[in-house]
Amino acid sequence: MIHTDKLTKTFVVKKETVEAVKGVDIDVAPGELVAFLGPNGAGKSTTLRMLTTLLRPTSGTATVAGVDVAADPAGVRARIGYIGQGNGGGHSFRVIDELVMQGRFYGMNSTDAAARAQELLKSLDLADLAKRTVIKLSGGQRRRMDVALGLMHSPRLLFLDEPSTGMDPQNRANLWEHIMRMRAEHGTTIVLTTHYMDEADSMSERVIVIDHGQIIADDTAARLKSNLAGDLLAVEVAADSASGVRGLLGRAAAGGEVNENSYDGVVRFRLRLTEGARLAPALLQQMNDAGAPAQSLELKPPTLDDVFLELTGRNLREGAAR
Amino acid sequence: MMSVQTTLDVLKKPGLGQVLHDTRFVFWREMLLPLRDPFSLVFSLLQPLVFLGLFGPLLGAAVGAPAFGGQSTLQWFLPGVVVMIALFGTSMTGSNLQYELMTGSYERILATPLSRSSLMIGRALKEWAPLVVQGLLIALVCIPFGFVFYPLHVLFGLVILGIFGIGLGALSYALALVSQSKEWIFWGVQQTLLFPLMILSGIMLPIEAGPDWMKTASLFNPLTYLVNAERELFAGSVGTDTLLGLLAASVTTAVGLVIGIRTINRNLN
Repeated sequence: MIHTDKLTKTFVVKKETVEAVKGVDIDVAPGELVAFLGPNGAGKSTTLRMLTTLLRPTSGTATVAGVDVAADPAGVRARIGYIGQGNGGGHSFRVIDELVMQGRFYGMNSTDAAARAQELLKSLDLADLAKRTVIKLSGGQRRRMDVALGLMHSPRLLFLDEPSTGMDPQNRANLWEHIMRMRAEHGTTIVLTTHYMDEADSMSERVIVIDHGQIIADDTAARLKSNLAGDLLAVEVAADSASGVRGLLGRAAAGGEVNENSYDGVVRFRLRLTEGARLAPALLQQMNDAGAPAQSLELKPPTLDDVFLELTGRNLREGAAR
Repeated sequence: MMSVQTTLDVLKKPGLGQVLHDTRFVFWREMLLPLRDPFSLVFSLLQPLVFLGLFGPLLGAAVGAPAFGGQSTLQWFLPGVVVMIALFGTSMTGSNLQYELMTGSYERILATPLSRSSLMIGRALKEWAPLVVQGLLIALVCIPFGFVFYPLHVLFGLVILGIFGIGLGALSYALALVSQSKEWIFWGVQQTLLFPLMILSGIMLPIEAGPDWMKTASLFNPLTYLVNAERELFAGSVGTDTLLGLLAASVTTAVGLVIGIRTINRNLN
């Protein structure tokens, strides 16, 4: 569905050349749900805008839905849907008018466009607002309208740029429900950008981590986490027996760091443990055998934030590039 | 690097049929605004009447009949008012775009397969469309006051204004894109250019009454030829002035579209 080869974008800002995207290679198969994850300014949106022909690549090639973005941008646009960061509805227009016209822009006839608009209004809980002007809609309603606009022509490939930024949790869940339903019904290929790691984690099957304009990881969220981060294990033992397990825990961490702090006669060890849930019972047994039984244990599965930290040494949220 | 050749390719690529097809929908979307809110149309009809009723008599009294080449003041002034409405309307094309640039609305439409020129032409024609109604209405209203109405000539005059309006609209569109996020620049440039162009074309007062340098300057103003064409047509004849007006309108449109498309494409970089 998508194939890029060394896709690059440089901007000239105040006579200074900024390399926003540095030669990315992306392959997305039909039906995949892929998230571009990275801090603000990492190059996610720029990549997306090149794939949707809203920006011209500086170098490299991209084929989207079978069409080359440089050779036939209009052909690409006819085959994809795009939901941008802003609100797509014109302020003074009525909701229903914008939807129908959007369908007409994509070559639908008026009957089909009207029927499709009604269908989407209903499934996105906008039916009562059809004749409202866009400016009178709430933020959540506008975002749902953006989704309706993007789906009017039932694209096989849908791009979403930061779809849920600024939404409250309920509206976010609601939005995702609609996107997932559409995907289940039509097998739509979905590519989205997000800087919410939990969203990338729970919603996408595949996460492409982008930082400083480069792809630094590309895998399922589960594999990224288990390969790169591992579970965070914290065990506490009595201070007088701590020396007996230091070596043991060091070997379990497999070269990783073991943090240690003591308080109230207890020593607390913290380490990363790949496949921690599976290995922890045996480790506890070994600690018992070594004469230092664990007094408490905490096992936290890794997040994509941990993955990002592992990859870049920075936290995803504080790590805004540049 | 954007050469003239690639600009021409961009103009050619969608094909005229595609552009016309797309223009229809862009135009129709924009027209939904006044159609859904017809009150705005009533005001736009009143404005030229007020202008005609208040400015016309003063003009006749102040300048005197000889300056109008023997015509009645109304016959001379009415075409000017029509050109002025066209000018004000289509030069505003970009101002409506500014709102859509601020929200995501423009970007959403850019992501559709619509051809780039249709985006400008459709929007410009929407600003021109009310003029057809306005022009015919004021012509009808003026008949009792001695205006002689030649419907076919007037219609042809409105078509020429439509062609010119596409060019001016495209320029206004480009101006809105260039002044993105600095809206005052749009208004500054639009107002600064509009009034000198208008005065130097003899829309409001006969340029023949002015000094020589103004007459010379008016020769380089495409609006001059447009106003002369409209005056000839509204007087019920078709001649050299009409032809020159049509030419001026066509050149404006060609220049406007090339600049407009180049500006849209520059935003891709």
